[in-house]
This record gives sequence, structure tokens and C-alpha cells, in this order.
Amino acid sequence: MNIIDVQNLTKYYGKSRGVENLSFTVNEGEIFGFIGPNGAGKSTTIRLLLSLIYPTSGQATIFGKDVTKAGPEIRQNIGYLPSEVFYYDDMRVRDLLDYSASFYPGDHRERTAYLVDVMELEMNRKIRDLSYGNKKKVGIVQGLLHNPPLLFLDEPTSGLDPLMQRKFFDLIREENKKGVTVFFSSHFLGEVQRICDRVGIIREGRMVEVSDIRTLQKSNYKKIRFISQGAEVDLALPGMSNLQKQGDWTEFFYSGDINLVLGRLGSLQLEDLSIEEPTLEEIFMHYYE
Amino acid sequence: MNKSVYLHEFRRHLNSVLIWAGSLLSLLFVFMALFPSFSADMAAMNQVLDNFPPELKMAFGLGQLDLAMLEGYFGFCFIFCQLCLAIQAANYGLGLVSIEEAELNADFLLTKPLKRSTILSSKILAALSSLLLTDLIFWLGSVAAIEIFKSGNAYDRGTIFLMLGSVVVFQLVFFGVGLLISLILRKVRTVTPWSLGLAFGTYVLSVFSGIFKDIKLEYLSPFKHFDPGKIIENGLDVRLVLVDLAVVLVSIGLSFWLYQRRDIASPN
Repeated sequence: MNIIDVQNLTKYYGKSRGVENLSFTVNEGEIFGFIGPNGAGKSTTIRLLLSLIYPTSGQATIFGKDVTKAGPEIRQNIGYLPSEVFYYDDMRVRDLLDYSASFYPGDHRERTAYLVDVMELEMNRKIRDLSYGNKKKVGIVQGLLHNPPLLFLDEPTSGLDPLMQRKFFDLIREENKKGVTVFFSSHFLGEVQRICDRVGIIREGRMVEVSDIRTLQKSNYKKIRFISQGAEVDLALPGMSNLQKQGDWTEFFYSGDINLVLGRLGSLQLEDLSIEEPTLEEIFMHYYE
Repeated sequence: MNKSVYLHEFRRHLNSVLIWAGSLLSLLFVFMALFPSFSADMAAMNQVLDNFPPELKMAFGLGQLDLAMLEGYFGFCFIFCQLCLAIQAANYGLGLVSIEEAELNADFLLTKPLKRSTILSSKILAALSSLLLTDLIFWLGSVAAIEIFKSGNAYDRGTIFLMLGSVVVFQLVFFGVGLLISLILRKVRTVTPWSLGLAFGTYVLSVFSGIFKDIKLEYLSPFKHFDPGKIIENGLDVRLVLVDLAVVLVSIGLSFWLYQRRDIASPN
């Protein structure tokens, strides 16, 4: 079943673009990475899905319910970690978490205590006195304390030190194993590669590609690199891109018939050759050309 | 209404309520403490006042008020209390949702499983409770100050109570209009300039009512509707009070409508 189903979602702020004709789905139990540079429309999309803002056209459903009509009902089962965490400054961590828990039925004290422990959060400090990373931790705990089956994480790791990032990823994986669906937005690809099953790439408000993270990596793009001395090499092949030359050394991306490129390379006097899977980072750059 | 939002909001207002109530009490007691010496030497005082240009007297609300009477003297003090109450109410109205948006933590409540109408009604009720608490302290303080400093002068209790009671509706107007303004504008970064503008603007409109001659622009001002001079003379003008209540209802109704359609600005 699709947990999130987005159809032609469009949002304009006056005349400026938020997102345009966005369509994608997120399946139950997966970790969906949502990748794009700043200003591409990641936050806009999440805010639309949480009905913090309303679409200009198109529609989106979560758990099969329209987000503009069934907002409160949907949000009952959502945990949200905003990209920048600003909470009531003069509250203590404990009070803020209690306040947050009060909106969800049931007793969340045990769960809160567990999360606070994992994230090494000090409960008696005032929010105002917390560092950026510690505020982020408060955000993580308040987003998870009611055991939501769907999580929205908007650039969750910024401000966390590497050790905390790892704990956070472990926490998210643990949740995911319990069946929690995760919508993970980021402009940092390494982390998405680490944790996501599928990834959607957004650029200038439009979804450029949605694919399995392995397919994306194996999207039969190869990074080919060789060293050849002597004659100027002319490698005008269809499917070649990002050609870079530096002295004897040549590097390019290739997508197409591998025999063709091997045949051409075979005719050269090579000193060294490597054919690699490009990193997600490199694939990503490719989408942004 | 949601209980935890209500309590949270009420607690957030509490500090400010105590500050406003404290200021009102000191204003009342300082003013009223002068009444005994004032009333004892009224002839000399009236002479001084007669030398003032009428415009100046009007600006301080002295036009209609007889300072020799306890009601008149209290009414003079009451105008300044009204100013404070207006600023406080406008502050609460303007800041009700805009402060959270400016501080970028509006997302916190709005991503909880609450209807926007529930959030707004809880916040409004918390703000109104805070205003009412302020009024309550103001009433008790006024009665106490009058009783302590009346120095044997008789006064009409009904008139004083009418003045005191009127502040509820008076504050509602500033609260409602403030809230509506904050929702019509896309972004209110700081509340104070707006609330000061609203309170002083309408005050000036009211005290300089004469300068517009036949155009009754001053009737736009709640200060005119609840002018203590008029209350002492004729009691409350029920029609104007009804107009005010209608303004309050329309502002709050429109605010609900706007808030439910509002795009909550993103922190980035």
C-alpha cells in the first residue's frame, strides 16, 4: 500500500515557485530519501504534506486520506522533525516533551525516557540554553515519542556530530524494522545512500527521478578513467559525458553499450584503466548539469 | 478547545498579566493619592486649568470631566488606564499567532493532531482569560484606591461600576481587531509598534474629535465609545456597545476563516 501518494502537486507563493507538478509515492515500510539542493522545494513538499501550507493545485494523500481535508487525523500518526528547530525558548526540555506528548492519547513516559537516554538529552535544561545540536535532539525525541508509523525528517542530521548521527541512524533503522515508514529529506547524499531504500531527486520544484537506490547507482553509468601517453585521444562516443582531461589522464561517465567503449579503449596504448560505479554524489551532480 | 494548549498559552501570558496589572495599580494609586489634596484646593486648581488652552485640556481628556468630583477625577485617571488596557489587548491580539510564526515555532503546534480551529480557539480563550484576569485585578484595585482616597467625598457607585465594567468590551475590540490585522498581514515581525499605533492612534482620534468638525471620524475610536466623561453624564451608549460587540464578533469570525486558510511561513 502507498503510505504517501502525491499527484501533480503544485504550490506557488504568489508568483514564485514552490513545487510544480510533483508526483510520487512512498510505500509502506520503506525509507524514502528526498534529495535536492537548498531551494529545490523539499521543505515546501513536506509542509504541503503536513498541511502547514495548502497546494495551489494537485493533491496528496497520506494513509489514503486527503492531506488538506484530514490533516488532524493524519497528523495523529505522523512524527515530524523540522529542519530548523525553534521551540518555546523559556521552556524546559521536560516540559516541552510533556507538552508534545499531551496531544497523543496514551502514556508516553517510558518511551520518552528511552529516547532521551539514547539521545543523551538533559531534561532539566531550558531550551534557550541548548546548542543547535541539542535542540535538534529535542526535535528528534518529540517527533518519535508517540511511536508514529510515519516519520518526516527534514534534514535531520545537520548540527549533529558524527557520533550522534550514527546513533540517530541506528534509531531510524530500528524504527524502520518495526515497520515505520520514513520520509527523509536531505541535500547530503552520503547519508541518504547509507539509509534509504528509494530516492526521489527534486530540482527546481520538479521531481527529476524516483528510483531504487541501487538502480540509481547501477543506472549503467560507469565512471571510466585511464592513463594513456602519446597521441591525442579522440573519444567521441554517444553516451559519454563529463569528459575531463588532465595531462595523460582522462576521465568520463559512460552510459551505453560497454563493448563499444571497450573496443575504442582497446585501440589505445593504455598505462592504466579503471571502470567504477559512480558514487551517488556523482550521479546526482549529473542530474544538475 | 484543547486543554493543554489553553493552559500552556495562559501560563505564557501570566507574566505579562502581572506586569500590566502592576502598572495599572501603580497608576491608579499614584493618581488617586493626589485626589484628597486636589479636592481640598479645587478653586485654585480650576483657576490653573482655566488658563490652559482648551485644545490642551481636550488632549488630556479634561474637556468634560469635573475634577472636583470623585467620578470626574477617577475618570481622568481612567483614560490613562484605558490606554494601558488598549495596548495590552492589542498586544495579545496581534501576537496571538504572529509571535510563534515570527519566532518560527508555529510548526510545533500545527504538526500536532489538532485542528487549526481548535488551536485558535484555545489560544483566544487563553488570551481572553488573561485579559479578564487583568480586568479583575484592575477592578479590585480601582475600588480599593477610591475607597482609600475618597476623603469623605460621596460618589455614584453605579457610574464607577459602569466605567469599570466597560473595559471588558473595550479590550475585546482591541484584541479582536489586533488579531484580525495580524492575520491579514502576511508577516508581523514585532507586535509592539502595531499595538502602540493602534492604541495611540485611536486615542488621538478620540481626543481630537473636535478638529474634524462635522465628519464624525472619532466614532471609529473605542476611546470615544467608552469616554468616561460621557459615561458620567449619560451612561453607556448601548448602540455603540452593540457596534463594538459586532466588530469583535466579525473580527474573530474572520480571523478563524483566515487562519484556516493561512500558509504557515517556513523557517528557511
